[in-house]
Amino acid sequence: MIETRGLTKTFKDKKRGEIRAVDNVSFVCKPGEIYGLLGANGAGKTTTLRLLATILEPTDGTAIVCGYDVVEAPEKVRANVGFLSTATALYPRLTSQEMVEYFGRLNGLDEATLKKRVDDIFTRLDMNSFRDRRCDKLSTGMKQKTSIARTLVHDPPVMIFDEPTLGLDIMTARTIVGFIRECRQRGKTVIFSTHVMSEVEKLCDIIGIIQSGKLLAEGSLAALRSRYSENDLEEIFVKVVAPHYAGQEAN
Amino acid sequence: MNLRNIGIVYRKELREALRDRRTLISSLLVPLLLFPLLTAGIGAAFSALIGKAKEEVPAVMILGGDDSPGILAELRGSGKIKIVPTTQNWKDAVINKEIRAAIEIPAGFQDDVAHEKSATLLIHNYEGDVKSSIATGNIQKGLEKYRDRIVHDNLAAKNLPETAFKPFEIKEHNVAPPEKVGGAAFGGVIGYMVILLCLTGSMYPAMDLTAGEKERGTMETILSSPIARVDLVFGKFFLVLTTALVTAALSVTSMGVSFAVLGHLHAFDTAGADAAQLQLHIGIYTVLSIFIMVLPVAVLFSAGVMTVSLFAKSYKEAQSYVSPLMFIVIIPAVAAMLPIDLTAKLALVPILNASLLCKELVTGTYHWNFIAIIFFSTCVYAAAALFLAVKMFQREDVLFRS
Repeated sequence: MIETRGLTKTFKDKKRGEIRAVDNVSFVCKPGEIYGLLGANGAGKTTTLRLLATILEPTDGTAIVCGYDVVEAPEKVRANVGFLSTATALYPRLTSQEMVEYFGRLNGLDEATLKKRVDDIFTRLDMNSFRDRRCDKLSTGMKQKTSIARTLVHDPPVMIFDEPTLGLDIMTARTIVGFIRECRQRGKTVIFSTHVMSEVEKLCDIIGIIQSGKLLAEGSLAALRSRYSENDLEEIFVKVVAPHYAGQEAN
Repeated sequence: MNLRNIGIVYRKELREALRDRRTLISSLLVPLLLFPLLTAGIGAAFSALIGKAKEEVPAVMILGGDDSPGILAELRGSGKIKIVPTTQNWKDAVINKEIRAAIEIPAGFQDDVAHEKSATLLIHNYEGDVKSSIATGNIQKGLEKYRDRIVHDNLAAKNLPETAFKPFEIKEHNVAPPEKVGGAAFGGVIGYMVILLCLTGSMYPAMDLTAGEKERGTMETILSSPIARVDLVFGKFFLVLTTALVTAALSVTSMGVSFAVLGHLHAFDTAGADAAQLQLHIGIYTVLSIFIMVLPVAVLFSAGVMTVSLFAKSYKEAQSYVSPLMFIVIIPAVAAMLPIDLTAKLALVPILNASLLCKELVTGTYHWNFIAIIFFSTCVYAAAALFLAVKMFQREDVLFRS
């Protein structure tokens, strides 16, 4: 379960002054649900997810992840979260197996549990053929699978995906989408950010549209269609974002 | 702090470092090969060239001396020089290295000597040219023998003893033990090398583990794990410290072996020094005390370079930040090679204090009050640098600088 309460993050910029990357964002994401954070580039998606993964600290407000406050118990939050993004790269000089084991150990798994968990994941994701290959020698698809295994090794109840399919080919992107679905089936709380409408339509139970750090609209796809009298998600997105987008561009 | 997590990070970083060719070259290969190549290689080449120069019988011209057949016969019979026919442009011949020197014998030299009048022989040479210096030495030795023989004959003719001319001898006697002699000669260099190599040993891994991680995108990956940032910093820091100390240890070992081999080959003999005196005797206790003193310096460097590198967005940017550090370290380290003695004030100057102390330790001198001041002051500086490194790892504007 994820619950954000007035989550806010500001950055100071020498030229532009104070920037409110995330502005008073509140939402709830329940177990067995996929929450899609939809927004344009620079809308505040990555910052929001980094705040939930406690990579960044909120300036104001907070979030509760699996019962732990991101400000007060960031390490406990991270122990319950699997975070995957295109920015979370692999250590080039470790093998695929060593990479996953490293994160398993950092998550406090003992050696016996770790071995069993790694064997299970490598079999399930069909990774045994490259488990001893160094990460810098892996193909993009193999790298993504290793990243997925890295996020899964401690079996976290919450999964956070930051534009996980960005720049990937169709086959690799499908693997990721399939994996996100599987997480929901296993009862995990899933939140993911994207600006790909088709992914949102296929995957999300709840959609949050974010622009200029503000959560402008929220609801299921059906609810949004009804509220904005539009069937096409792209049109709904434009209707929601356009007034704010123009303002942001002017800035 | 969680020691288990620090150990996990350290082991992982060590594994990656051992698989990284650049780290292996900078931390293991360079210190192992640098000194044998620099000292033994260049020393051997130097001694071989000097030996070859010494073997050569230098060509020399004689200016004048037609009325002094005695000295001409002496010079021709020496065998250490080859007399070539004199030409008008003898000066150019010396400058162009066609001959190594020219001996000018004044008119009436033999008569003046016979009548016990003062006379001067002039050797025209090329100052700074090794072969010309060797020729000058050979000529001087031959002429001194000739002069001694004349003095001996003159004294004998007057029934005077040899002591009438030379009433007493002056000799030098070294009372310092060989290790102190060697230490005085090389102590400054050893301190300088150990400190400098501690820095160079820490530089590559420190940049790779901070700016390199940012550049490769693994920083965000590790920050998403539950490890506390302080544990992450310590795990990385211990790896940087290990490479700094390994580099320094290998350098000292390699340097010791190189000097021992060089001393054994009496290579210094040809350079005019006493090989036995210049041999470097470093006991195991001296080595240990140097390392104990260098430890906080290595901590200071490792934490300092990590902190500076963390500001950078890429490895290249980190290199441009870290390079100036070399000068900050080299200046006090070089200063220790100058005739500066350790004082209470200097004992508080970072890097210079450790460098001066290394010089003392190598000579077997232990000023415990200075050792205590230096050790604790350097520990304080090192702790401050480490504290700063931890603080930097907690700053979002540093970790996610764009």
